[in-house]
Amino acid sequence: MTLTSLAFYLFASVSVASAFMVIAARNPVYSVLFLILTFFNSAGLFVLLGAEFLALILVVVYVGAVAVLFLFIVMMLDIDFAELNEGFLQYMPIGATVGLILLLELLLVFGASSTLVDKGQLPSATPEGMTNAEALGRVLYTDYIFLFQTAGAILLVAMIGAIVLTLVKSNNPKRQDIAKQNARTREDAVELVDIKPGEGI
Amino acid sequence: MDSAFFDSYIWPALVVTLHSLAIILALLVSLAFFMLADRKIWAAAQLRKGPTVVGPFGLLQSFADIAKYLFKEIIIPTTANKPVFLLAPFVTMFLALSAWAVIPVNEGWAVADINVGILYIFAISSLGVYGVIMGGWASNSKYPFLGALRSAAQMVSYEVSIGLVIITVLLCVGSLNLTDIVLAQKTVWFAVPLFPMFVVFFISALAETNRPPFDLPEAESELVSGFMTEYSSTPYVVFMIGELANIVLMCAMMTILFLGGWLAPVDIAPFNWVPGPVWFIIKMGFMFFLFAMMKVIVPRYRYDQLMRLGWKVFLPISLLYVVLVAGFLQYFDMAS
Repeated sequence: MTLTSLAFYLFASVSVASAFMVIAARNPVYSVLFLILTFFNSAGLFVLLGAEFLALILVVVYVGAVAVLFLFIVMMLDIDFAELNEGFLQYMPIGATVGLILLLELLLVFGASSTLVDKGQLPSATPEGMTNAEALGRVLYTDYIFLFQTAGAILLVAMIGAIVLTLVKSNNPKRQDIAKQNARTREDAVELVDIKPGEGI
Repeated sequence: MDSAFFDSYIWPALVVTLHSLAIILALLVSLAFFMLADRKIWAAAQLRKGPTVVGPFGLLQSFADIAKYLFKEIIIPTTANKPVFLLAPFVTMFLALSAWAVIPVNEGWAVADINVGILYIFAISSLGVYGVIMGGWASNSKYPFLGALRSAAQMVSYEVSIGLVIITVLLCVGSLNLTDIVLAQKTVWFAVPLFPMFVVFFISALAETNRPPFDLPEAESELVSGFMTEYSSTPYVVFMIGELANIVLMCAMMTILFLGGWLAPVDIAPFNWVPGPVWFIIKMGFMFFLFAMMKVIVPRYRYDQLMRLGWKVFLPISLLYVVLVAGFLQYFDMAS
């Protein structure tokens, strides 16, 4: 038991500290790297709860794909740090308001949950007699299949929308037709011309 | 110290530590020989002899190389981002080695035989890109940066098809545990019924580990040596070991997913006398031989061809195969 709580405090404190560093770091690349550390420690917390499937999905999806793309974009930014600091006071009122609202909401949620949920009867991450991958699969693909499919369809529409919005239409598109390229033979590409010296073509 | 504490915490920790150390040591030593094998195969295909000087038949060449790298001066570019620059190679190597915690070389031999083993390997191998990106960015120079960008796009693209191939295998097994995956191949190796997926996985593994013909992140004819341009001495050799460990990991993964892990090809007398780990190593060696041969016989892809292959060929094929396999298993009521 002591080992579990020790691990919990380690993961929790590192994830809170690195989450703070995400917003405190001056270099945006450092921010993304700290974000990755936060994801990792949250995955560790999931493992402690017995939800190892969720933990690994968190690593695969967020660290392995989302954060890579973040890093990809952030790396290419050319940032003027002096300019970044100038805007601080200008945006502070809005930022402070949003932060305050979020804090109030969190306090409300925690206040409500401490009275509503009986601490001794928290739902277990691992139901009796099956692994949690199986349990999650049952919930997603059997109990809530239509909601799941709807979510998938919405994502597909969003993806198509993003492609349509960023597609550059040009009058002279240089498309490759791979089949056509492969079907090209020596006969219709190369011609041997016999040129007499001094005459030209 | 009371013995209950010792029995429940210290002793298991000690056993796991020793087990891990043994695996890491065996892996690192075998990597030296895999490196040599790679060079020997490459040389043989070009009618050369390869390394012959250090040790008998040049067997100790890799150790000489590593010693040489370790004793050289570490040069860090003045404009480089020092902490990230030094962190990058160790991230690569740490990830490549940590994936081996769940690889079962024989029944029950894995350090951690976890329920979601295959997912763990998939997660770890998808993180390999960070070493490359961090190294390329922290070098603060043009070629490494371009190499890092290429690598990020390439690895993210091919992970998609690797994920789908793994799903087809999982459909046939019904478990995420690596031992279960191997045991499910007792009757027939998955390389036979899922042969197209085996090919897709092999080619995606080449792309995922930046091996030729997909070594565009370090294409020496275009980018000097890509993200590793600014690296020298120890950080360089750590990068190299990490990359090689990733390649060997992919070989092990193919052995487990498609070639029946430690199982003998046929379960009859002369074959099943040979212990499981030997079969595992033979199969891994075979896969590594294929990796090395690809380097010799296939010219490097162009970048747009690489992207086309990943998104327009492999993704539809593997998606189709997932649907086919799932439909087949459902129709014949073979789903476990």
